[in-house]
Amino acid sequence: MPRNKNIKSVLIIGSGPIVIGQACEFDYAGTQALRSLREDGIETILINSNPATIMTDPTMADHVYLLPLTTKSIIQILKEHPQIDAVLPTMGGQTALNLCIQADEKGIWSDFGVKLIGVDINAINITEDREEFRELMLKIGVPMAPQATATSYLEGKEIAQKFGFPLVIRASFTLGGEGASFVHTEDQFDELLTRGLEVSPIHEVMIDKALIGWKEYELELLRDRNDNVVIICTIENMDPMGIHTGDSITVAPAMTLSDTTYQRMRDMAIHMMRSIGDFAGGCNVQFAVSPDENEDIIAIEINPRVSRSSALASKATGYPIAKIAAKLAIGYHLDELSNQITKSTSALFEPTLDYVVVKIPRWNFDKFEGSDRTLGLQMKSVGEVMAIGRSFQEALHKATQSLEIKRNGLGADGKGYKDYDQIIDKLTHASWDRVFVIYDAIQMGIPLSRIHEITKIDMWFLKQYEELHHLEKEISTFTINTIERDLLLEAKQKGYGDRQIAHMLDCLESQVYNKREELKINRVYKLVDTCAAEFKAQTPYYYSTFENEMESPDGTRVSANESVVSDKKKVIVLGSGPNRIGQGIEFDYCCVHGVMAASECGYETIMINCNPETVSTDFDISDKLYFEPVFWEHIYDIIRHEKPEGVIVQLGGQTALKLAEKLDRYGIKIIGTTYEALDLAEDRGSFSKLLQENNIPYPEFDVATTADEALAISDHLGFPILVRPSYVLGGQGMKIVINRDELEEHVVNLLRSMPNNKLLLDHYLDGAIEAEADAICDGENVYIIGIMEHIEPCGVHSGDSNATLPPFNLGEFVLQQIKDHTKKIALALNTVGLINVQFAIKDDVVYIIEANPRASRTVPFIAKAYKEPYVNYATKVMLGEKKVTDFNFNPQLEGFAIKQPVFSFNKFPNVNKQLGPEMKSTGESILFIDSLKDDEFYNLYSRRKMYLSK
Amino acid sequence: MKYNKRQKAIILLSDGTIFHGKSVGREGSAFGEVCFNTGTTGYQEIFTDPSYYGQLMVATNAHIGNYGTHADEVESDDIKISGLICKNFSYNYSRASAEGSLEDFFNKNNLLAISDVDTRALVTYIRENGAMNAVISTEVDNVEGLKKQLAEVPEMDGLELASKVSTTEPYFVGDENATYRIAALDLGIKKNILRNFAKRDAYIKVFPYNATFEDMKAFNPDGYFLSNGPGDPEPLENAIALAKEIIDHNLPLFGICLGHQVIGLANGISTYKMHNGHRGINHPVKNLVTGKGEITSQNHGFAINKEETEQHPDFEITHIHLNDHTVAGMRMKSKNCFSVQYHPEASPGPQDASYLFDQFIENIKNK
Repeated sequence: MPRNKNIKSVLIIGSGPIVIGQACEFDYAGTQALRSLREDGIETILINSNPATIMTDPTMADHVYLLPLTTKSIIQILKEHPQIDAVLPTMGGQTALNLCIQADEKGIWSDFGVKLIGVDINAINITEDREEFRELMLKIGVPMAPQATATSYLEGKEIAQKFGFPLVIRASFTLGGEGASFVHTEDQFDELLTRGLEVSPIHEVMIDKALIGWKEYELELLRDRNDNVVIICTIENMDPMGIHTGDSITVAPAMTLSDTTYQRMRDMAIHMMRSIGDFAGGCNVQFAVSPDENEDIIAIEINPRVSRSSALASKATGYPIAKIAAKLAIGYHLDELSNQITKSTSALFEPTLDYVVVKIPRWNFDKFEGSDRTLGLQMKSVGEVMAIGRSFQEALHKATQSLEIKRNGLGADGKGYKDYDQIIDKLTHASWDRVFVIYDAIQMGIPLSRIHEITKIDMWFLKQYEELHHLEKEISTFTINTIERDLLLEAKQKGYGDRQIAHMLDCLESQVYNKREELKINRVYKLVDTCAAEFKAQTPYYYSTFENEMESPDGTRVSANESVVSDKKKVIVLGSGPNRIGQGIEFDYCCVHGVMAASECGYETIMINCNPETVSTDFDISDKLYFEPVFWEHIYDIIRHEKPEGVIVQLGGQTALKLAEKLDRYGIKIIGTTYEALDLAEDRGSFSKLLQENNIPYPEFDVATTADEALAISDHLGFPILVRPSYVLGGQGMKIVINRDELEEHVVNLLRSMPNNKLLLDHYLDGAIEAEADAICDGENVYIIGIMEHIEPCGVHSGDSNATLPPFNLGEFVLQQIKDHTKKIALALNTVGLINVQFAIKDDVVYIIEANPRASRTVPFIAKAYKEPYVNYATKVMLGEKKVTDFNFNPQLEGFAIKQPVFSFNKFPNVNKQLGPEMKSTGESILFIDSLKDDEFYNLYSRRKMYLSK
Repeated sequence: MKYNKRQKAIILLSDGTIFHGKSVGREGSAFGEVCFNTGTTGYQEIFTDPSYYGQLMVATNAHIGNYGTHADEVESDDIKISGLICKNFSYNYSRASAEGSLEDFFNKNNLLAISDVDTRALVTYIRENGAMNAVISTEVDNVEGLKKQLAEVPEMDGLELASKVSTTEPYFVGDENATYRIAALDLGIKKNILRNFAKRDAYIKVFPYNATFEDMKAFNPDGYFLSNGPGDPEPLENAIALAKEIIDHNLPLFGICLGHQVIGLANGISTYKMHNGHRGINHPVKNLVTGKGEITSQNHGFAINKEETEQHPDFEITHIHLNDHTVAGMRMKSKNCFSVQYHPEASPGPQDASYLFDQFIENIKNK
């Protein structure tokens, strides 16, 4: 059956601001769904309050509503668009499903004659109500762990008595495992039960017998109207049951499943999806498998929607799940659609991989001081990286290189733990670093059996680690001069970075690089094609590896490379890597727009990124996608292969920017603002000289490298003092100190964690107002795209402040200073592209806090509020294709747009929720108000000093 | 345990192209037609599947051997492929119920395997140039010698191989008192086909490839089955004649894979060698009768002529392969006979098509 012709206009619900457990994977999903529906000529209407997303771009849907995700907004939209005949709620995570249920309960969908597509209400209810779900599974013969529901404290106690410990408590209707915990002993039970009941909106918890140590798997399913079901991907969690899958290291395809067990699991998954309701769309099913001879399979949960795992599965296989799920929702059958990668074969098939994908979560515990850093049932990571390799070892190495936590991979960087007790403790209490600690443990000689006993990680994975350890030891017996080609090639095939090999051989990274050149050990690029090369693929989606050679009859030997370089002029855009606090989806927005703008200028566009949740890593955004670590060695090899005109670094946040220095040193052209200017803005000394020369005021400051220097400086600066390290993200380590003791303590702490850092000490302008401006500059002219005023006083990180666009109470005199300063600085820095300047205003004097000649967090917000494609313009300026004066700027905004930060503190119950100079928010939303008399503004304004910490 | 330094090894194709790799352990050379299988699970089932007799198997999955070997996961009594080519070979395995490592299993069966080959480049090469004979060898310095030996290996086209893998003596499977009796012609039958029949209350007598209609009829079967198997179907004159007789008598007949091709040939529908065949566990098939799709396990290098099947007055195409629209299943309009090109017994692979065994039992009931 072709698509349902009665569906002409579809409402898609987004997932709102980014919080832990619901990140930019839903921007990817929503964007794909919108494009997919529009391909079929369907009118699309989108609601999402998150301005940093690509999906909320005016070009993405016919009508975009940046409104709060409430039933009130839904009614408003349906009134304005009575033509909407269906709603697709499966692309916006649990938030969208919950809103869909609310609207259904209020009868909104039936009142407006809107049909639900992609899922049905029963399916949502059954899968969210654990009791009902369990009953259904029982009925269809799918085993589940012993489990019972409690709606009161007393009931909970009785269940615990019956099951015995360990137990799992899960709160019903919550996100990312909120309110879920392991209970090992009776004395923990009371507190955790109470908390679970409290966080559940319906005051209900499920108590399960814990399957700690069971192997954990996820299957991604697609089903059409004709009840055809296919499995797109099987994901194995290296971290077994006990750690939330969002916090687990996961691997695709499954590594340790036999066909017999896998087929049982596959049949169960299909059976489950068919049993929960009659709908066409995507589904995610999680299973536990007993690690013993029985290989018992137990169902854990099923989510009838696109999920974080399906985003991962899409990138891991090349099969665009959200895009196809949207087509299925409007009636298509799988066999009527084509495989989007090969274009010649059917979409009704199951992708097969000839590589291995490893995902590692990215945590940000340093932002949540006092938080419990142990991983468990509740998700705590803020982002993730994915890596593709031709072996598990290579993928694991590449993933660790992608994390940007100053590690070069596993081992061979001198950063491993060496204390036995510490290692055992870190194996036992898994945290962000367990992936490294396993290697340290093996290196220390701790038997694999012991590591397995503690971690329950499958022996196959541990053996893979052990092989790496043996290889490292073998390599260490050589020097750069004696190492043979075979061994060096093997090290590269297993993912070791040149830096790691240099460490083993006790030489320089560049020597290893030269040795590779000499021995012709070159990176080759392979295609992600859904079919293990069985069919010719059309899609330029690549990853790197090293291969043994093939030899033609004439004796020519080559490593087979599939990435053919064109003779077009090209530009590389460096992505922003894993999401983290201070660097999130907004930079992906910028990268995607940069790519599109460069493409409009006739460039072949090349994207490098390693974040599977993003739109930038969709294979149909850039002309070529390299799914690779944003890590020097990988980037440099791509540059050498592609020979682009230059590299765009100013759109990918700090990740990309940090590489500017090295690019410059290697003589690679940085598009737009030069490295010198970027560096000048970071270097406080030279930057304030520049300000001085331009008669621009700034708070008194100085630079210290020791606590003694800091104390001496404090004498002339006077307290309060703002202390901050250089080259950090989201105000990491920033603090306002009010006396010498505090100053000394903070400086000592900072220098311990960041040795050799230059610390900046600013006189803190107490009670000042903060504002910021973003501008585009072509080196001659400057256009200020927006000025935002923070509602909270100076001292709260700009990312954590509520802010209005345009300013709500700055006078003409102050605004003029802001404009003048911004223009002067932009020109003085020879900015070509974007610049963001932050100001503190006290007694009508505008001081400069900092200037960043790159895309800032606020650019997408301003673009959305003014309905103007600023990143597109800025990219064209960077490329030298346009001048600022070439654009017809026409911002449109009635009233004000308020940027509201959103926090994920509920994941860290013991953390201090006060705000300060260090950013803590995970996402943001936009709110449009007509005037300052709006209640919402009044509320924010009256509460502005409440959360401020010193 | 320490670092395992391994010997060099090569795969030499009949057109002279060489792919470099490393020996998994054993030394020597092995010859065969090189083909690839894209399954990510079920390697042991594949290696023991008689249909792969005489082939050098390229496993496209990045790792092979991860979960060791298991006595219940074999499709015949020993390894049938003539050699393995893979990317990463797992010397270490992990599975509580496993009996041993894949390396041990290979050693027991004298199988040569090479790893660390750019299997992706090799698959691409076969895809572009077609399946061809090859040799894998640790004699990396004797390329000329290997070339000579390779030249003597017969081409798969026109090659009869069923006789090499078929049982020599008839044997029985299942409960003697079961409701249905099935006579199965073994052209290289997979154990899981027999398990599927037995599970459906059938008692099966398995006959050697050269059995006659009379031999089979003497078992007094309710239905006849023509199995899967290796090689070209065309030289299987006995099996083709046998099929003809069963069809002439309008007795319930079911054919899988090679058996399906034999049924085609028995009705004058020709077969041909495919460019690089279908081998994997993700092949999409559409059932044209129900309109539903199914994901199937496939393993064939020959296929029946689609046009001739369409034009045959007594044939109806019931299943098509969704990727290349080749014939995946058919039935005869006036006879109690149907067949599929793929493997409803799976093992390895999805069990979406196991309903075909039920259908055969229904056909027997309704004869």
